[in-house]
Amino acid sequence: MSARIIETNNSPLNIIDVDGITVDLIENALKNAREEMDALVSRTALSPGIREQGDCFPMIANRDGKMVVGQFGSFIHGFTEAYDEEIEEGDIILTNDPYMCNAAVSHLPDWMVLKPVFREGRHIAWSAMFGHMSDNGGMVPGSIPTEATTIFQEGIRIPPIKLYKKGELQSDVLELILHNVRTSQWNRFDLNALVAACNTAGKRCNEIADRFGDDVFCSTMKIMLQRNYDAMKHIISMFIPEEPREFSDYICDDGMGMGPYKIHCKMWREGDKAIFDFEGTDPQAQSSVNFYLNEDMFKMFFGSFTINVVDPQIVFNDGFYDLVDVRIPQGTLLKPNYPAALSGRTHALGRIFDVLGALLGMGAPKEMLNAAGFSDSPHLFFSGYDDKGDWFQLFQIGFGGVPGRPIGDGPDGHSLWPSFTNVPNEFVEAYFPLRVETYEFIVDSGGAGLHRGGNGLSVAYRFLVDGHIGIHDDRWLTYPWGVNGGKPGKRSTKLLVRADGREEYIPAKCEGIKVHKGDLLYFNTWGGGGWGDPLQRDPTIVVSDVAKKLVSIEGAKRYGVVINEDLSLDQPKTDALRAKMSKDTVQDEMFNFGGTIEEIKARCLEETHLEPPVSPTFLNQ
Amino acid sequence: MSYRLGVDVGGTFTDFLLINESDGSTHTAKVPSTPEDSSIGVLNGVSKICDQSGVDPRDIKLVMHGTTVATNAVLTGNGAKVGLLTTKGYESVLQVARSFCPGGLGGWVSFVKGPLLAPLELTYGIKERTDASGDISTPLDEDHLREQLAQLKAKGEVEALTISFVNSYINNENEVLAAQIASEVFTDIPISISSEVIPEMQEYERAETTVLNSYVRPQVSNYVNNLQSNLEKSLGSDVQLSILRSDGGLASSRSTGDSPVNHLMSGPAGGVAGAIHFCSQANFENILTFDMGGTSTDVALIQNSKAKIRRETLVGDVRVKAPSVDVRTVGAGGGSIAFVPELTKALRVGPESAGAVPGPAAYMQGGVQPTVCDANIVLGLLPSEVQLGGDMTIHKEAAEKAVQTIADGIGIDLMEAAEGIIRIVNESMFGALRLVSVEQGFDPRDFALVGFGGAGPLHANALGILSNSFPVIIPPGPGVLCAYGDATTQIQDESSRSYLAMAQDIVTDKFLSDLSDLKNKASESLLKDGVSDSNLEVVYQADVRYAGQAFQITVEFDEKEYKTKGIQLITDAFDDEHYQLFTFKLSDGHEILMIRAIVKVQQSEIKSLANEDFSGSLEDAVIQDTRFYHEAQWHDAKIYERTKLHAKLVIPGPAIVSEMDSTCVILPDYEAAIDQVGNLIINPKK
Repeated sequence: MSARIIETNNSPLNIIDVDGITVDLIENALKNAREEMDALVSRTALSPGIREQGDCFPMIANRDGKMVVGQFGSFIHGFTEAYDEEIEEGDIILTNDPYMCNAAVSHLPDWMVLKPVFREGRHIAWSAMFGHMSDNGGMVPGSIPTEATTIFQEGIRIPPIKLYKKGELQSDVLELILHNVRTSQWNRFDLNALVAACNTAGKRCNEIADRFGDDVFCSTMKIMLQRNYDAMKHIISMFIPEEPREFSDYICDDGMGMGPYKIHCKMWREGDKAIFDFEGTDPQAQSSVNFYLNEDMFKMFFGSFTINVVDPQIVFNDGFYDLVDVRIPQGTLLKPNYPAALSGRTHALGRIFDVLGALLGMGAPKEMLNAAGFSDSPHLFFSGYDDKGDWFQLFQIGFGGVPGRPIGDGPDGHSLWPSFTNVPNEFVEAYFPLRVETYEFIVDSGGAGLHRGGNGLSVAYRFLVDGHIGIHDDRWLTYPWGVNGGKPGKRSTKLLVRADGREEYIPAKCEGIKVHKGDLLYFNTWGGGGWGDPLQRDPTIVVSDVAKKLVSIEGAKRYGVVINEDLSLDQPKTDALRAKMSKDTVQDEMFNFGGTIEEIKARCLEETHLEPPVSPTFLNQ
Repeated sequence: MSYRLGVDVGGTFTDFLLINESDGSTHTAKVPSTPEDSSIGVLNGVSKICDQSGVDPRDIKLVMHGTTVATNAVLTGNGAKVGLLTTKGYESVLQVARSFCPGGLGGWVSFVKGPLLAPLELTYGIKERTDASGDISTPLDEDHLREQLAQLKAKGEVEALTISFVNSYINNENEVLAAQIASEVFTDIPISISSEVIPEMQEYERAETTVLNSYVRPQVSNYVNNLQSNLEKSLGSDVQLSILRSDGGLASSRSTGDSPVNHLMSGPAGGVAGAIHFCSQANFENILTFDMGGTSTDVALIQNSKAKIRRETLVGDVRVKAPSVDVRTVGAGGGSIAFVPELTKALRVGPESAGAVPGPAAYMQGGVQPTVCDANIVLGLLPSEVQLGGDMTIHKEAAEKAVQTIADGIGIDLMEAAEGIIRIVNESMFGALRLVSVEQGFDPRDFALVGFGGAGPLHANALGILSNSFPVIIPPGPGVLCAYGDATTQIQDESSRSYLAMAQDIVTDKFLSDLSDLKNKASESLLKDGVSDSNLEVVYQADVRYAGQAFQITVEFDEKEYKTKGIQLITDAFDDEHYQLFTFKLSDGHEILMIRAIVKVQQSEIKSLANEDFSGSLEDAVIQDTRFYHEAQWHDAKIYERTKLHAKLVIPGPAIVSEMDSTCVILPDYEAAIDQVGNLIINPKK
């Protein structure tokens, strides 16, 4: 079963030699085209999620479906394999169903648009883009129901269909789809923007082929892929040891009282080939926290993290996929069986990066190992009717602390996802009935270390009308770990202060929580883990951190630094404290997880005001 | 006799253009810049140009000046210590910014955040709050404010103060009151408030922009004040100093001192203004400008002799919300360094630049890495046998040696490598041209391409071929074009406010009276500077979008037309431009975000002079024979002296035209005519 591409011009494209400089020119032109796709979408999309936050990802692939420029790797191969239809010039495909495209997109709110690019009747390339829609229908506003047990509860499933047939919009289909979502106007514009971006990319590919010739264009894409292959071959032999390395991390819970869930990966090299084996990862969850991980996408994660070392200007692409083997056992959290629910996949997606970072960094901890912090992408949903009786639906992505890194401290409250930005609070306040009363980093939340972990953010939302909130967050139980002697960062918390003063700690994953006018929600994100021994940090920098209120006088003691009330350094007491603390320092500690899972669970209620999750049980086990 | 003087302070040279107001005749001069205090260079130049031209300094009545003092303060991190007062709960506003880490997946691993322009130690949260509706939900706590001010003052460090409260763009009562109280505590430092500097939504951008204003304010106002008083000493007390703004207008020295944030792009704006000046005289109204310097290239699109204005600019890595000519900058210039990463064997050019120090390898001032300039020398496009623009000796062997490293890295020959470097750098400049044209819905074929700056004329012909923009125009004095721009722009000021109203809800009388208020506010400073009311002309602008869109378009309109057509005048203009940009438009849902009045002072045009001595032949202008390498072969060419060319001559390519401060290449199959303005007009051979 696979897609059949109908070409009206069957004269073959010839693979020819292209001089290196022409390759560089075309590489630049394709890079520009990709950036143009991003720019176009951010200008024309309507929803704050895509437009302001940048939750969308473009790609241009060669005619075989290999990504030549883009971010998350090609999903075309997975799609064409699963799509048993003819594809013609002018067709534009739309889908959102992970089970129908080999997880090219990993949950239903991500709508993917795919366009075969033709030139004079010949298929020369693909352009594609997916974006996170504000709503996809289903159980809850925002369409990420944690409690869903099957994908049928997560809203409308769009199998790969032709949104445009030979250039004609299939408006019946479009209206049927939009009829099933809560934010049809936003989705309509956002989808328009994705289509416009793909069309633009198609136009640019044609212009490049005009200028250099079809054979040169297509051959160059092959050469660009080969460049990546060659570079990655070197990188793999440099960074991936033949001796296997293993690492485990967890997502804290499934939102239904069970957890944590283990993600385990073993990495090694056989000849030129890097192997990542997820054997030992927990079976699939019964709620929606499963992350259907496309193997190719994981290869891309791996490549992106390492390629910068050798040529930061390279246009990164798919060319090296044959050098990587990713093994994910069926039926696990990372490859659940249909029809498992998938919408809450953000936690495991984030955690994959911590796991990958650990595996790659372990071999050269001083040069390459970052602490944990790429831990999550917390979501807040707030929906209801405003004072005029109009429906509103807010979706916000939060940011925590960037971990301590070999290069230095982690920035406070910054995004680890590429291209993401926060939404200006004045914008949020102007268009939604709430007031953001504080938007500030949380003192001492970054893990102590020679390089300090970035502080998390405390965002306080005052609700100005009644409504419902839903939250998706993690790292509330397990810690963003520290490395090389660095301490873990603080975990995330959510505190709801009711208008009458009652305080409720609410779980990291919840939905349908009724809030009333005047209630205040503190949405506190995690701090990044620390890097290196905090006792080695220059005390004058700690003094400056305290003056900046990034660290408190009390928190400075974690660095063995004693600071007077007037913010001056007490050198003798600092010397004494550091001497005392250094006796307790564990030598050569690569990871600090803040305790074993058992220990963390035992302290859970006391520390987090929430019951610990019970160990998961699995169906069919 | 009365004269007008244009002065452009650049990194290396300060350029002067003196214009006789009555007959339009001009003199130019160039002196070395004096970065430690640019006003010294300016005064040196004034005496030089007066000596050379025999003009009495007291006859210079108007000095029009483009300056990079503000930009340099930002780029070198030499601004003032700024204290920031913000709404309590928002003290992290600069630290968190927009939470953005540049780079792709994994970009955060190497991202290093620079120091804040207002350090956290000097940032204080004030108890006050205005809501998005404009209602004050927490009145300003004056006692608390005084306490915080006392603490800030006790630190003894603050040199400039910024006040930026949440939602002040819609109601600035709390900000104004806080500023008043702050001025009682801080009596001797400038205080900038966000609702005055940039009354627009988005708390981070507004705070950052206002802080930046504070950051450069002491330096800029010192500079401007010194310059003004020194000019008065040497030119007489009636001399008027005007400074070029980022948006291409001119402002008085007083208003520059208060709002220096409006002058960050003063330099590039001068070049654009100069290009418009020469091209509009030659009846080219639609042009792409291309200003190639040592480290970077600025490009802009000009339609109907008007530069596009955008309302957000990046200076270093600081995002500034202030109107500026829509100039896009790429890190590609004559000094850009070429290299070959070992693993991928790709040829990369820039963004690293050899700058003036150590400079290109051919100058032998310490630079050994191959630059774009070296590649031009190897190719013979920058002839080493002719002394160009001053004292630098060109060592061709050194350039060859440097470029050979690239050739060896890739495994190709020297000439191929040199041509590769030029093709790559041209491509990245072409990318910038596409940004302002194709990506904004304009076809570059409908535009002429104007090349200037030190290296622009060298690359202009080749770039014209890439973008298919002909003719390619090289204006007179391409190296001092900014000074022309300074001397030929209009003085203007503007005033704006957030409006946030749906188009269909707008009531004509109210709208007109709001516009008139803005006009009066914008005229204030000009009237204060002694301009008479009858010399003022006004245009209005509205920032419009479809409700909910983040993108907005600025629509220009005049009062008379509005009175006849009503709000549809604005919505139609918006729809047209939206369609051009995005190929669709909607019938309703227009939201007016901001309105703005721009008041300009009318000015008499100057004439410009081309060589009117038509006696010389083409042969008379030849300096010598040469050859250059282009498209894989050598071409015999002649070098011409530009001052000897006149409007009756056509120069056949391949050729090189040389003048004091720049070198222009005419490629094979192209020819250059000289027009009545003195422009070189390059077209394909007929």
